[in-house]
Formats: sequence, structure tokens, C-alpha cells
Amino acid sequence: MTSKAENQARFGVPVDSMVFARGVRKSFGNAEVLKGIDLNVPTGSVACVIGPSGSGKSTFLRCINHLEEVSGGVLLVDGEFVGYDLRHGKLYEVNNKLLCQRRADIGMVFQSFNLFSHMTALENLIEAPIMVRGMSKGEAKDKAHALLERVGLSAKADAYPRQLSGGQQQRVAIARALAMNPKVLLFDEPTSALDPELVGEVLVVMRDLAESGMTMVVVTHEIGFAREVGDQLIFMDGGVVEERGEPREMIANPQSPRTREFLSHVL
Amino acid sequence: MDRAETQAPPEALTVVPLRHYGLWVGTAITLVILGLILKALATNPAFDWPTVGKYLFHPSIIRGLGQTLLLTITIMVLAIIIGTIVAIMRLSPSRVLNAFASAYIWFFRGAPALIQLIFWFNLSLIVREFSLTLPFVGTLFTIKTNDVMTPFVAAVIALSLHEAGYMAEIVRAGINSVASGQTEAAGSLGMNHRLILRRITLPQAMRFIVPPTGNETINLLKTTSLVTIIAVNDLLYAAQSIYARTFETIPLLIVVAFWYLFVVTILSIGQHYIEQYYGRSDQQQGASLGETLRRAFRFGRVAQPA
Repeated sequence: MTSKAENQARFGVPVDSMVFARGVRKSFGNAEVLKGIDLNVPTGSVACVIGPSGSGKSTFLRCINHLEEVSGGVLLVDGEFVGYDLRHGKLYEVNNKLLCQRRADIGMVFQSFNLFSHMTALENLIEAPIMVRGMSKGEAKDKAHALLERVGLSAKADAYPRQLSGGQQQRVAIARALAMNPKVLLFDEPTSALDPELVGEVLVVMRDLAESGMTMVVVTHEIGFAREVGDQLIFMDGGVVEERGEPREMIANPQSPRTREFLSHVL
Repeated sequence: MDRAETQAPPEALTVVPLRHYGLWVGTAITLVILGLILKALATNPAFDWPTVGKYLFHPSIIRGLGQTLLLTITIMVLAIIIGTIVAIMRLSPSRVLNAFASAYIWFFRGAPALIQLIFWFNLSLIVREFSLTLPFVGTLFTIKTNDVMTPFVAAVIALSLHEAGYMAEIVRAGINSVASGQTEAAGSLGMNHRLILRRITLPQAMRFIVPPTGNETINLLKTTSLVTIIAVNDLLYAAQSIYARTFETIPLLIVVAFWYLFVVTILSIGQHYIEQYYGRSDQQQGASLGETLRRAFRFGRVAQPA
């Protein structure tokens, strides 16, 4: 097993990098969805990924926590391969236990919330800390209440997901991810399934997280959020990064015609 | 439409319901048939109600009932355990496990229960004895198949393997009914496969598993009456032993039917509460007990809860 420092030296990873991708490829059968993605997300920064549907942005996000296996390239989180160990120049798939340990450090928020529907909001938040981290029930509950308060839902601790609005469910889902103290938080179109008037409450929570220094990779259609909160903006199209840059600059003055066309549709 | 009608003030209009003549005729015929049945039950001496009363709590009937209940519970518990294991194998990515599980379901669900029952009872025709022999140690013990395969054991093995075939399909359908996003979310929180199955998938699958499992239990309760054929002393066998002596066939069959119906009623009530427990995250108001009983006997039209 290679150490974090070895990996960083070997692949030229910047010291403060949290998520690092170089030449990441992914194929489903004959269809190549990702054709060599490069990305560096420094610790404490927010990277926003935009692009038309089918551009591979969600697939790339799912590769980061190994929900999808990459077909090639280097993808490191905090200097480590998530699903593999590098030994003697080969990537060995790690066993389940190690994979679970590493995944526990990578939070993920889904488009369709995916709250555990048979558990209350509070139970959703304490499940993984107790079962995966071995936290005591009392401690987990205290932490869960604090997190629910942070996302403005302390009154809904005993509500089941079905009894919550979409925006409330997504805020609980964010709190659930935070309950694991993740090193990085991945958002897969977190507001796309929401009614327009509920989008704001989720974005407020995400902005608050970004300001508190959480490292975030956000796949989104909310250009306004990308402009105000993002430290870098990546436009993906057809499995490649078409353009990247500082969000304000890139939105105001896109270089690639494809980016310009896409932005003209969503702005 | 004449002038008077068009001039009438709106509040003066009365609604005349459509007359459902067919419904009235059907109701009348049903009532006549019901009357005839009641008359027959009350007046035909063959029903012999005093004898029914005499045997209803007869010690050997009650013993038989106990045996039937013991069989049903033992078989159902084993069937749920075996069925769950087979269902998990059926969903496994390994082709061999998958094929084995499919073959299991095909065979044990497909072959008639009665034949499986007689087969296990006659196992000694294939295997005379079981022995455990270790190299360098020698034979540790030997038991004759006939000593182990009592009628009760044969009944438990045969019917639980048979029932497990059904349960495997029920559990599999239940697990498949849980959205894949639930597994992904649990995986992204660092939960492993076994933890996800135990804490996330199975508890949610229960809402889909419990209702058909209740039906299976009720079915099994009645299927256990097949064991009379290999002389297990169950409820029906107890009644048969009595009427073989006294020729009071009909009254004793009524006694048996009474007890089966009684237990089915109790099971339906239990099922109602279990369903309510697993459906608690649904927010919907649970059906009342009276409604459950009505549903159990299928009288009256009960609206299906949404």
C-alpha cells in the first residue's frame, strides 16, 4: 500500500489537493462516457460542474466515491485511490471493509435525496455514525440534533421522509452526509428534483457549508450558485472538460463557442 | 322539455336515483339461498349440533389443535429462514448461486406438497442410516434413518422446504421493491453489503413481504392437514380417529372446521398489527380492527387503503 505522500509525489498532486483527477476515463460497454477528465479541487474550495445531460458530469461525480469504477486514469481523494491500492505499478481492488472506510469519508448528496424511508430524520442521521463509526447512541443523537438545527429542521427530527417537503428532505440528506464528518462533499444535482420555490432553502444550506470551509464538488444547473459560491467552474460536454475557469469570468466571458451556447440556454 | 320545466327554480328540482332492478333481484335470490342453508343447518339431524358441542373441547381434539399449531409455527419459521437465504442467493451476482436458487424454487415449489411429504417419510428407502466417519478416528456415530425420520420430523422437513420455495419468491420480490437509491445512499455512507441488507433493504422490504407471508401462513395452517396421511396426530387426524370409532363424521368435521376458522381469524388480526408496524413510516391511518376482520372474511365492500 502506497502512502499518501508517495502518491502525491508520483502523480504530481498539489499538496493541498482534496480531489485530484488525471485522465479519468469511464466506459459502459462500448460507450465511452468519460474521455480523460483532469481536475484538481484544493481543500476547502468549491468546484462546480455544469454541462448538458449526457455530458458525463454525474458519472464523474459517482466515480469519485467509487459508486462507479473508473476504466482508466488516476482519481485520488485526499491522496488515496478510493477503490484501489497501488502496488508494484498495478491497481489492486481493495476489500469491502477498506472501501467502506474510505467511502465513509466522502459524503454524497443525491438528486432524489434517497433518505431511508423507514427511518425518521433523526434515525437517518444517526444510522451510519453508530453502525459504521461505532459512535455511542447518545453522542450520535446530540450531534444529529445540532446538525438538524444547522439546516433549520430541528422541529422535524421525528418526521418520516414522506412527511417532509422535497427541500426539507434534501436538507436532511445534507445533514446526514455531514454526520459522518466527511473530508469532501459531493452534490449530484441537489436541486434538480425540487419545485422552484424550494430550491432557495437548499442553496442557503450549501452556501453556508461552503463558507464554513467544506470542500465541495457540485454538479448543478444553478449558474447563480456556481457564480457566487464556486471557486472554479468546469463545463463538461461529451465526456471531456470543454472549458474551465474562475466562475464569474467564465460566465461573463466564455471562450469556447460550445460553452457560450450552453450558458445562453441556462442563464 | 316543456316550458314549465325550464321555468322551475333550481332549488325545486329533485334528484331521482336510478333503480337497480338487477341488484334487487340478486339480493332477493341470495337471501332465499341463505334461508335454505340456515334451515338445513338447523333442522337436518346429520349436523347433530349437540355432538359438535360435546367434541369442541374434547382433550384429543385440543391436543390435535396444539400439534397443528406447533407444526404451522415450526414450518413457517424454518421456511422464512430458508426462503430468505434462497432469495439472497437468487439475487447474488454469482451465476452458480443464482442457478442453484432458481433450481431450488423450481423443484420445491413445483412438486406437490403431498408427494414431498410421502417422500421424506420414506427416506429410509434411499438412505438407510446416517453416520459420521472421520479419517484415523473411525465412525463416531450411526443413526438409522427410521429412528430420526418420525412422522413429525418428516412433516416439518417436507413442508418447510416446500413453503421456503414460496417464501423465497416473496422475499425476493420484497427486496427488489426497494429503490436502488437506498442502497447507493447507504453505500456512500460507508455501510457494507451485510449492514445495508440488514438495516436498510430488508426493513423496507418487510412492508411488501408481510401481507403475502400472512396469506402463506394461513394457507400453511390448512396445508398441514395433509400430514394425517403419514399419521401425524394433528387436528384432522384426531377428529378422524374419533369418527372412525363413533361414525359421527359430520359433527367432527364441523369441529375441525370451527378450529381452523378460529385460528385463521386470530392470524388475520395479528397480521393487521404487523402490517401496521412496518407501514408506520407511511403516515396513512391504519385500518381499524373491524375493517381487518371484514377484509379477512371478504364481506362488505372495503375500500383499499391508498
